[in-house]
Amino acid sequence: MSIVTVQLGQCGNQIGHEVFSALCRDIHGTHGLCSKKENESYQDACKERFFYEEESAVPVARAVLIDMEPKVISQTLSTAASSGHWKYNSHSHFCQKQGSGNNWANGYSVHGPRHKEAIMNLVQKEAEKCDRLGGFVTIMSMAGGTGSGLGAFVTQCLRDAFPTSFILNHVIWPYGTGEVIVQNYNSVLTLSHLYHSSDALLVHENDVIHKICAQLMNIKQISFRDVNQVIAHQLGSVLQPTHTAGGGSGYSRNPLGDLLETLVPHPEFRLLGLRNIPQMAEHSLPYSTFSWPGLIKHLRQMLIAKAQMEEGIDWQVRPPHPGSCIPSTNKPLHFNTSIANLVILRGKDVQGVDLGSFQDPSLYTSWLSPQDAFNAWKTPRAFNKYEKSAALVSNSQFLLKPLDSIVGKAWNMFASKAYLHQYTKFGIQEEDFLDCFTTLEQVISSYTNL
Amino acid sequence: MTQAVVVQVGQCGNQVGCRFWDLALREHAAVNKKGIYDEALSSFFRNIDTRNVDNGPDIYKGKICSLKARALLIDMEEGVVNEILQGPLRDVFDSKQLITDVSGSGNNWAVGHKRYGCQYRENIVEKLRKTAEHCDCLQCFFIIHSMGGGTGSGLGTFVLNLLEEEFPEVYRFVTSVYPSGEDDVITSPYNSVLAMKELNEHADCVLPIENESLFEIVNKINQMSNSGKLGTTVKPNSLVTSSAGSAKTLQEKPFDAMNNIVANLLLNLTSSARFEGSLNMDLNEISMNLVPFPRLHYLVSSLTPLYTLADVNVPPRRLDQMFSDAFNRDHQLIQADPKHSLYLACALLVRGNVQVSDLRRNIERLKPSLHFVSWNQEGWKTGLCSVPPVGHSHSLLALANNTCVKPTFIELKDRFMKLYKKKAHLHHYLQIDGMEQSCFSEAISSLSDLIEEYNELDATKGGPRIDPSRLKIAV
Repeated sequence: MSIVTVQLGQCGNQIGHEVFSALCRDIHGTHGLCSKKENESYQDACKERFFYEEESAVPVARAVLIDMEPKVISQTLSTAASSGHWKYNSHSHFCQKQGSGNNWANGYSVHGPRHKEAIMNLVQKEAEKCDRLGGFVTIMSMAGGTGSGLGAFVTQCLRDAFPTSFILNHVIWPYGTGEVIVQNYNSVLTLSHLYHSSDALLVHENDVIHKICAQLMNIKQISFRDVNQVIAHQLGSVLQPTHTAGGGSGYSRNPLGDLLETLVPHPEFRLLGLRNIPQMAEHSLPYSTFSWPGLIKHLRQMLIAKAQMEEGIDWQVRPPHPGSCIPSTNKPLHFNTSIANLVILRGKDVQGVDLGSFQDPSLYTSWLSPQDAFNAWKTPRAFNKYEKSAALVSNSQFLLKPLDSIVGKAWNMFASKAYLHQYTKFGIQEEDFLDCFTTLEQVISSYTNL
Repeated sequence: MTQAVVVQVGQCGNQVGCRFWDLALREHAAVNKKGIYDEALSSFFRNIDTRNVDNGPDIYKGKICSLKARALLIDMEEGVVNEILQGPLRDVFDSKQLITDVSGSGNNWAVGHKRYGCQYRENIVEKLRKTAEHCDCLQCFFIIHSMGGGTGSGLGTFVLNLLEEEFPEVYRFVTSVYPSGEDDVITSPYNSVLAMKELNEHADCVLPIENESLFEIVNKINQMSNSGKLGTTVKPNSLVTSSAGSAKTLQEKPFDAMNNIVANLLLNLTSSARFEGSLNMDLNEISMNLVPFPRLHYLVSSLTPLYTLADVNVPPRRLDQMFSDAFNRDHQLIQADPKHSLYLACALLVRGNVQVSDLRRNIERLKPSLHFVSWNQEGWKTGLCSVPPVGHSHSLLALANNTCVKPTFIELKDRFMKLYKKKAHLHHYLQIDGMEQSCFSEAISSLSDLIEEYNELDATKGGPRIDPSRLKIAV
């Protein structure tokens, strides 16, 4: 089953490029650490999922590149082509001459309707190239104008045009101390709109990834490229083929469907956080060894304590007494209650790994049994040179605090009416803002009361 | 890729503009080694076939044939424009881009705005239309003028009005040189305040510049270059004031160094729109992020570094120093101290070999010493452009929407009132057709209102921070 990726705006296109590079590098590596048959099966599954073949024999990414100004797309296209290992379809992009100016309203109300037909034509063409369409992944930031505003509009169009397809939005949350001054407005508008048309939002926060680059990867002068490569690695660890529960019967034929089925049991809860361990500089890899029990233990504590990475985990945080039903107001502070969790293990000796600790009922809300709330996918094929790697996709209170912070700052600004004239001139009124705030306060409330 | 058109009005506007075009050519020559007419060049220049000057279409791709600036040169005296046309830049402009007269405006805003405005209106509109037609996607007009005289101030703001009427969708960035206290034009306060009303109402963003600040910066650089201290040999073409390496080979004129600073400001402002980078910042983003309320669109700018030392081993300390300097009062292009006033918003446009971690580290470091308004505590807009300016490995342009502009406006108002109370020189203005006493009272009222808005914001500085209560959801 194939996935069509829609890259939106500067961030979406820069990250999308790193994602395809990472996927390609992974399947061509000689570090599979598994049987030849397994490796070939993995490569075929990945290729079918993300690429198609042309006579030139260089795989072509199943992607549509969208931006309102041309510089980033032309750079992305040429960098990919010059790699020699894969490329984009040179027709599968849409750009204009002038960007959205960090204005969500411009992206959503002006560029969206104006270019809807052209964009959806491109998407349709990519969809038709798939034997079986498994769904869409959109990559976008929510701080700017195109990725956020046009991204929200395109997601709606995807939902209308493909009502039965799965849509996963990969959303990048900006640095807290600002990349764009109106980022909180743009974020509130984006998240509330996506909540209505997307199936799930898989979130990466720039602050978190930045810390990983600084502390785990030991990069001295961190560039956006470094940040994007970590994001691509983490996303790849989720999207690359695995065996789902019940394993042995070949790689999952419905990756997005499986993901959403396991993680989004209730439409009110669509925010997914992602953690991946271990994470380190490539040159350190040959010198490190990990054990599965160690990795699982760390990953579980990261989940419980809402840790951003495997260093600095607060080991004091403990789940409430197992088996007892405690109302949320009495639960220990800092404890992360989950709705559903998915652990994906890749690499050596996965079969025997014990994941019982993740099935502890005290980790979860009371309205799902741990058997339903927790799932594990495994594959013996190692990912991206990591002999063992474990990814956690979590629908839990991971993102509650960051979301609350963004809504708080946006509300603060809204109360003073600053910058509103920039949005009203493109058709987004104060009432529209209020609707969006209401939607998100509702989401915050729902997650808080788990 | 979008295009921008520069409209330079009056003596000051044209002299600064001339420096701008010179340095723009130098910058593109340094980046564009193959002589191909690329998109970056097209933002400010057209590529035409000199054989068909009048009727030939522009050449959009391929080798550079002949570059023409996307500019309109307006002056009511001929001296400055003629000099440009006889100088090394003469091939960059063509006669269809000029509007001149002979007698000048006599340092009288009313003559510039009302008399010449009326007289040349159609001519100006037609030439603007022509320039716009040559643009694939016109994003922005840059007006360069001074506030204290007659043409730049009066006719310049008339053109601003016209631009809003004829091209409402295109951004209007105005670079305005404000008169200093010891200005030798007696009526400069009148001219400036009358012009301010127009800027308040019709500009999207204004970058105020004061000659005193430019002068101090030039002095600082001269002291540095001449001090002869060990390790202080400065690379000549790196000076923010220098024309080294550009077309101009004649003796530099006294204002050239100061005008080069303003030219560099405009180049840095547009760099991210022209060249690639990991976090692009287009011109429409500047207006979006830095203007929280329509009338508060005055941006204090600072450029660093002022020069690059010839010493190649640039320690990382120097990079951080660049960020610190940008907030230093000595580096601001007007007489203001943003550090001790209130920030409404701040933009940092970095060029060259600087990464996001450098940016973040410095923002974290400098934030505690700056005062931001309560509803915009993290009000930073950042941009990273990979292409550094000529002679530098990296540079920074800081744009601040800060209440530190208030003193400049208050002083202007005071100087205006001194003259106005005595009705000094008023008759020179009132005798012009279309000019009435109400023009003056409206203008001073507009300025007072603006000052009041800044006062209100300043009053919130340092006070207790009470966040508005959030929406409550029934559980």
